[in-house]
This record gives sequence, structure tokens and C-alpha cells, in this order.
Amino acid sequence: MRNFAYAKASNSTEAIRLLGHSGAAKFLGGGTNLVDLMRENIEQPESLVDITSLLREIQENADGGVTIGAAARNSAVAAHRTIRERFPVLSQAILFGGSGQVRNMATIGGNLMQRTRCDYFYDAASRCNKRTPGAGCDAIDGFNRMHAILGWSPDCIATHPSDMCVALAALDASVEVEGRDGKRSIRFTEFHRLPGNTPHVETDLRPGELITSVTIPKLDAARRSVYRKVRDRSSYAFALVSVAAVLEVENGVVKTARLALGGVAHKPWRAGPAEEALQGSPANEASFGRAADTALAGAKGFAHNEFKIELAKRLIASTLADLARKDGAR
Amino acid sequence: MSIMQTLVQTAARFKPDADPDPLIASKKYVGRALDRVDGRLKVTGGARFTAEYAPDDMVYAAPVFSTIAKGKVRRLDTAAAESSPGVIAVITPKNMPRLVTPSLTDFAKLDKIAASNLPVLQDDSVHWNGQVIAVVIAETHEQAQEAAARVRADYDADEGMVSFERNKDKAIMPKDVLGEPPEIKIGDAEKNLKSAPVQVDATYRSPYYNHSAIEPHATIAYWEGDDRLYVFDSTQWVEGYRNSLAHVFALNRENIRVMAPFVGGGFGGKAGFWWNTILCAAAAKMVGRPVKLALSREGVFRIVGGRTVAEQRVALGATREGKLTALIHTGLTVTPDHARYAEQCTFPTRHLYATEALHVAQYVVNLDMVANTWMRAPGESIGTFAVESALDELAVELRMDPIELRRKVEPARDPTKDTEFSSRNLIEAYERGAAEFNWSSRNLQPRSRRDGAWLVGHGVATAYYPALRFPGGARVRLEADGTAIVQAAANEMGMGVATGQLQHAADRLGLPLHCVEFDYGDSHLPTSPMAGGSCQTLSILAATRATVEKLHRELLKLEQKDSASPLKGAKYEDLVARDNGLFLASEPSRGVSYVEILRKAGKPYLEVEGVSSAPMEMMKYSMASYGAQFCEVRVNETTGEVRVARWLGSFDCGTVLNPKTAMSQLRGGIVMGIGMALTEEMLVDGRSGRIMNRSLAGYHVPVNLDVPRIDVLFNDIPDPQTALGAHGIGEIGITGVAAAIANAVYNATGKRVRDLPITLDKLL
Repeated sequence: MRNFAYAKASNSTEAIRLLGHSGAAKFLGGGTNLVDLMRENIEQPESLVDITSLLREIQENADGGVTIGAAARNSAVAAHRTIRERFPVLSQAILFGGSGQVRNMATIGGNLMQRTRCDYFYDAASRCNKRTPGAGCDAIDGFNRMHAILGWSPDCIATHPSDMCVALAALDASVEVEGRDGKRSIRFTEFHRLPGNTPHVETDLRPGELITSVTIPKLDAARRSVYRKVRDRSSYAFALVSVAAVLEVENGVVKTARLALGGVAHKPWRAGPAEEALQGSPANEASFGRAADTALAGAKGFAHNEFKIELAKRLIASTLADLARKDGAR
Repeated sequence: MSIMQTLVQTAARFKPDADPDPLIASKKYVGRALDRVDGRLKVTGGARFTAEYAPDDMVYAAPVFSTIAKGKVRRLDTAAAESSPGVIAVITPKNMPRLVTPSLTDFAKLDKIAASNLPVLQDDSVHWNGQVIAVVIAETHEQAQEAAARVRADYDADEGMVSFERNKDKAIMPKDVLGEPPEIKIGDAEKNLKSAPVQVDATYRSPYYNHSAIEPHATIAYWEGDDRLYVFDSTQWVEGYRNSLAHVFALNRENIRVMAPFVGGGFGGKAGFWWNTILCAAAAKMVGRPVKLALSREGVFRIVGGRTVAEQRVALGATREGKLTALIHTGLTVTPDHARYAEQCTFPTRHLYATEALHVAQYVVNLDMVANTWMRAPGESIGTFAVESALDELAVELRMDPIELRRKVEPARDPTKDTEFSSRNLIEAYERGAAEFNWSSRNLQPRSRRDGAWLVGHGVATAYYPALRFPGGARVRLEADGTAIVQAAANEMGMGVATGQLQHAADRLGLPLHCVEFDYGDSHLPTSPMAGGSCQTLSILAATRATVEKLHRELLKLEQKDSASPLKGAKYEDLVARDNGLFLASEPSRGVSYVEILRKAGKPYLEVEGVSSAPMEMMKYSMASYGAQFCEVRVNETTGEVRVARWLGSFDCGTVLNPKTAMSQLRGGIVMGIGMALTEEMLVDGRSGRIMNRSLAGYHVPVNLDVPRIDVLFNDIPDPQTALGAHGIGEIGITGVAAAIANAVYNATGKRVRDLPITLDKLL
């Protein structure tokens, strides 16, 4: 780890000012990923601006949605009564991530900004376009069990590691940011980017911008939602494939469906076409299977992760079937 | 085998047996589930581990690892590191002290124990990806780390051989496997196989594994003058490290002291003498101050070897009744040219089952890799995966209960040694286990039992590990107040060594537990073997037994100077030690206390040192621990996820010293076996030889949720050939685990996975 300077901001304006223009400073949330990356010399900021004392409230909005302060700890969000009642998929997704200790430290804003766990990204001796643009990618012909099957590019097949973000993508959240030029709101599904030929550019944030909060709009159907995660051990492992799903069934027909996948792409993967296929279809196995096929249309795997395509299809179909049963029982 | 070895073995065979240890019948503390004597210290943070020592004026070392597997460092740019804050020195081959090249472990002598015989930072050559090419010394750990990252290396890279798959065809048969012949043939197994009415012939694969002990390797070294070296090290063999350091630094052994009072797990990874210890001692010599070199987790992966990748063939020919006519087991593993250790994966097959014809053979392939090494039940862990999976496949072919098949192949004598077993109660372990596990209610037809989305299956496999003993020493000091101290170099990695040895010493001396101390973890103490091969407990028991006998004989001699002594005229053989003294076995009221003997003799204490005999019993008998591993697994039909739902290990491992620490040991082995079966795999990139998942985030040991309740049963039948009738139990727990799981997965799903780890993609 390189030596670095440290300052703590007491409000967003101060945080943005402290960050400065040089690009050599970084915001510090819980540090559960950034500090790891600094220890590995992957991130080498000259200074850190601690933003953990910024907004951390979880606020219920008049429309029935919620706004979560960027400095809210993951544990607090997962345990929040309103979140658990109205958006169980979000609470579950958070609890499927990391460990108790990690969740107690990690912040919502930091979770959005965490970087891939691709082994080749972490290893300075390997080629990685994300670390060194133009260097090449050693993962494509290397160990790629954990890697993308959707939306990848020849320059990068890394995945976004977050569980929480998969739920937020399904819930149509938005990210509120603030910079020197003022505030703006970014649709969650547009916040993270696909790699293209610039895999080192991972989000839509502009230099100097700070995430201040995440807003989830009202969605009654989300009371019946679920997060399922499949991984290589029972806990404390990143997703091979995960599914965040919302399903509302009326008279045997799908009224509302939201579907997002984790562990499959460079960003939380919202499966829009699959949702459209489900909308108005009978809530049965055939529809769920078709939705799964639609969600994975165009998927392509590599030497070690081809199985994810079949796994994702099965997981989508069984998750929707479970939700439909749950719905029917109500 | 040499003529001498043959002679010794023949002589051993006709050596009369000693009587079983009389203490087996009169034990008082032995066999009780006492709490660990150091438990409180450990859970309160009071136990000090190597990296926690802080000699005055200590500085910190950080290694720099190569990023190629083979070639030369053309240019090493250390300028930025040298000018980095706090840096005292950057050690490179140019300024590294000239050292003697380490000697590989010699299994006949077991004295020096380097895992690799490469010169340590003496030249610019690179032999594996991750080899140390420089070491930075700085005032703080952080400064050393920062500067190490600033060292830049340019290489002339050669095309290394790093891929197991691509180099398998270059395999050769090693000269020996742990001193045993690499190949044994009895009859014509291939011919018998071809003509057998029932045949199984399959290949089993297992990946590279890493020990992942909770405490990464650490060393603190300092010198007194030019020729006295003090080392704290997280080693599992203080004495072997002392001897190896003496060799490498050309010092007298008595000028070096290696101390390791507490070690946070080793599993074999801290038995080989690795570069970190040598580099730390060399750095301390260079800078003239105490140096700490605590490896990061990445450092452990880079410069300490693990378990080799393996490909094993097991072929079984059998009659319809389940008698084996052919048993073939061949193994292919990696041993780099700079190492010697060929993992003994065929060893269980040499001793487990009766067969008309047998063929075992081992081959190794040289790769440009960090030296492979022992990892918990080396050989037997992966070996039992292969042979116990194959036996299960045979049981399926025969439509026979796999336990019934074990009965059919139970041998009367050791199949390859052609000796009697000193104590073998494997079938009893199976039967006790089967009753407790309710084996008879298991799922009989593969893929026929469900619980919601989960397929349920049951599996069983044999556990096996030899009972080894090495000669060793002990010192016993009896004080005038009737208390005693027992000393042995010994190594405590968390197994409960001190607790078990104290229980034994108290019983052997006839003293209350609180009157006895056990001193260990220091190469200045009487010689002990490594804490490896499950040999340490048994070896120290034997050494203590011999030493206490010597003490008692001397006490008797002192006592008999008193003409009024109640022991007048008694011989040593007439005595028992109990109630703080020596008594006549035939007349329990006649005896005298230790305090009284020493008082009358006018001695403030009596101290004796003794050594145990050569382990002739190991040549005369086939000596091993056995067990039956039972498990229930659940396999998710949708996702292929495997969860172990229930475990029972039923063991035949001699007298149990302390059921509490013993169960912990065995459970730990089973947990490690679950990791081996389901989650663990060290990823070595076949292009670069680089280990890619070099952290515990990527190298998946089981988490709590992966581990079910684990029940443990003991036969608790003493081995008449050992002190107390005991066996070491460090390794047997992991053996048979992967096979039991693979067998249960087959039973649950109808799918046979012969390729570890059993990840969900193999079951989709």
C-alpha cells in the first residue's frame, strides 16, 4: 500500500471540495473494497476523503418509495423495517453479500462503486484492460469461471460483484449525485456501464461527482420479491449467478414482472425483454421457461463458465415459479 | 532396499513383543475429556504467536515475488525502493549473504528438511512464478510493503513447463516414495482384471490445494555476534528448522535456538523449511537488528507449496461374490526437480484390502512450480478419494451394500508388507458407525429420495492413516515438593499436545494433574520429531514413558539406601506409580512418596533424560488407524449445489487420550475434507504458472454454513504395540471424506463425479 493523506468531510459540499480536481483523491466509504485494492496496489490514491458521516438516513417518501443516504451501512438497510416489508428483494440481496463484519462497514454508495473481483484485475503481473487500458485481457483465455456471459466485450469479460445492485436494478432505483456543477439523478440501470472498449470506465459518474443517495420508487408488487444467489460455497462467495425477481400475478396471469441478474455481466443485468415476455402471460412453467430463454438470448460463455447459461435459465424459471406459488398462496 | 534395511526388517520381524503398556489398565487422567490447558490463554488473546513477539529495535522485511516461472532477472531496479521512506536495505542476489544451499528432506534420516534445494536468493535465476527475487527491510511493516511494491524487475523469460495437462507425458517413476518402492506388483493384476466377471476402471482427478492455516507463516530472527542465532518461527518442527538453519548458515546446531510455543495451524505447510525463514535470518544478519518477516496470505501462496494436483487410475477386478482378483492403483503427481517429495497417493491401497493380484505404481512430472509439500494426510487423503470411490463403484456394479463389500475384502494380513496387523478393527468401526448413523435406512436406489428441491443421498468410505512413531527424547525433573516438569522440544499447532501429554505424564508419574508441567516449543529441549505424519503424540508418549521409567529406577536406587524403606528389596518391575509416589503392586499399603524419597536422599530435585527405542514394532507389524466416514448430502436438482447435511466418523485409532481434543482434531480433519471435496482448488494458470486465487476470498475453504453437525465415535481399542495403546490422529480425519461425499453425491443424483472439487457445474 502507498502512503496516503486522509480527511473527513462533514457535508457533501465539503466532500466535493476536498476531493479536488487532480483525480488523485478518492471518496472513502466503509473501505471494504477500496482499502483491499489499495493493499494490493491496484488503487493508489494520494488522499482519501472519508464520507461516512454524510447522509445515512433511510427516508420513506410520500409516494411510498424510499431514499437511502449513501453513507447508510448495508446492515442498517437490510434490517430496516420498511425495506424488509416493501422491498424484501433488497434486504435479501444485501444479506447474501459479504459477511456480517463486511456489511456492518460497507455503505450503500460504496457498494455501487465496488470493482470486479476478476483474479487478473487483482494481479499486477497479469494483463488487464481495466487496470491498464490497452494492455490486453488475460481472463478471456484464463480462469473465467466467475466471468461474464452477457454484454462482455473482447476487451473485458469481468463481472460486477454486487448483490445489492442487482436488486436495485430490478427495482428501477435511481442514483442521486452531486458535483461542482450541481445535482443530478441517474437511472440505476444506466449507472453502471458495459465494458465496450473502455472497461476502465465503469460508471456514468463524472469526475468529482459524489453519490449522495439512492431512491427506490413505489412498487407495490415488490412486496412479493425474492433474491436468489448461487455460489461455490454456502456463504462469503461471489455469485456465479443470482436473480432478483418481482412477480405479481392476477387471475393466473402475470401483471407485473421485474427481473435482474447478477454474476453474468459487467453490470447488474436488467432482463427487460424477459419482463416484457412475461407481462400478460399465464403464470406457468412454460412462460417462465420462455422468459428464462429470452433473458439469456445472446449469452455466450467461455472455457470455464459456459454452465452459467443453463444455470441462469434454471434459476430464473425456478425463482419465478416459487414466487408464483407464493403469490397463489396469498 | 539396501541390504542393511532388509537385515533390520528381518530382525525386527523376529523380535519378541514387549507386554502391552500396563498403564492402559490403570489410567486415570488419560481418556478424560479435559479442557485444553491453554484454552483460556487462546480465547483471551493471551497466547503469544510468532508474529506477536517484539524484540527491541526490530525491523520489518517484505519480499518481492517474481512474475515469471522460468528464466533470469535481467535487471532489478531497486532505486525507488531504496529511497522510499524508512527503508534500511534492499536485499538482492548481489548483497545477499552467501549461504549453503538447503538440503532436501531425507526420509531415511529426517534431520534437515528443506522442501526445495534451490539456492536462496544467491543468483538471478527464477524457478517458479512467485519466487522471491528481493527483500526490502524497513523500519515499519507498512514502509517495507510500500517499498517492496516499488521494486521493478525486467526478465529474460524462458518457456517454462507449468501446465500439468501439457506435460503429463513426460512423467517418470521416482526412485522412491517416502523411502518405499514406487511400484509393487503381486501377481498379474492387469491379466486378472481382464478376466474378472466384474470390473471397474476409472480415473480420478484432484486439483492443487493450499493448507490455508489461520496463521500465515511468520519468523522473527536476531543474532548475537556472528555465530548465535535466535529464531521465533511458526514451524511445526523446531528441531528440524534448527538443524536446517545450522546447515544453511554453517553454524553449530547448539548455537541456534528455534522457538515456537504456539503455532496457528500447519497441516504440513510449516514442516518443510521454506525460504521465508532463511530470508529473515539472513536479513537480520545483514542489518544487525531483529527482523520480522510475516508473510501475507499471498506470500504463503507464492512461496510455500501445497498439495500437488493428481490424476489416479484405480481398476478393480472382482468375483460376483465381491472378492477382489485385481487391484490396480497408479498415481501421477507433480514433483519439481528442485524438490523430492512424491505424494504417496497409492499408500492406502498397499495396506487396505485383500486381493489376488495387486499393482500400485507412482509417477511424477517435473514442473517449474513452487515445491509441492505435505498437506494433511498427504497421499492418503487423495489416495482414499480414488480407491474408496472405486470401491463404491464396484459395490454399485455388484448391487452390494458398500459395507458388506468392505467385509468381503478385509485382509487377514497386510497385503504388501505380509505382516500381522498390530491392531485393526475397521469392520467394527463400520458396524458401530452404521448403527449410529442408521445406515440401514439409507437411500438404496440412486436419485430416489427427495426433500423439496433437494435430492438426498448417503455415502460411506474407509479412512486410513498409518500409526507412525519416531525415536525421541524427554527430560523429567522431579522437585523436592513432589511436583514434576516434563520437557520435550515438541510443537503445538493447536492439536492439544500439551493437554494430552500432561494427562499421560500425570498418570505415568502417579501425580495429580496440577502437580505436572509440560514444557515444549523450543529446540533447546530434548529432541522431538516433527508434528507431522500423526507421529508426534505417540513419539512423545514413548519418550516420556522411557524417561519416567529411568526416573523411577533411579528413585528406587536412592530409596533402597534406606534399610527401613517399605520398598526394601523391591525390583522396578514390582512397582506402580500412584498417589504421588511409588508403591508395591502386590502390597498396596507399602510405598513411599516422591517427597519422602528426595528428602531422605537430601536432593533438592532429581532430573533424568531418556530416549525411546527405535520403532521396531513398525517393521514387525502393519500399524495404522482406520475409520468409516458416513455422510448424507443434499444436491439441489435445479442448481447442482451440494450441501453436506449430516456426518458421522467412526474411528479405530487406539486409546483416546482426551476425547474432547481428539474429537476436535477429527472434526477439523473432516471439515478440511469437505473443503477438499466441494470447494477448494488452487488455480494455477497453465500459461504462466501463476497462482491466481491467492487469497481466502478466492481460495474457498468451507464456511460454517458448509459444515453440518459432525459426530465422532471411537472404538477406543488399545494397540498392544504402542505406549498407552494410542495412535496419532492428526490426519486420519480428512481421509475418506472426499470419497464419502462423492459416493453420497452419486447416491443422491445417479451421477459419479471423479473430478474434485465437486462443484455445481459438474451436476447440472
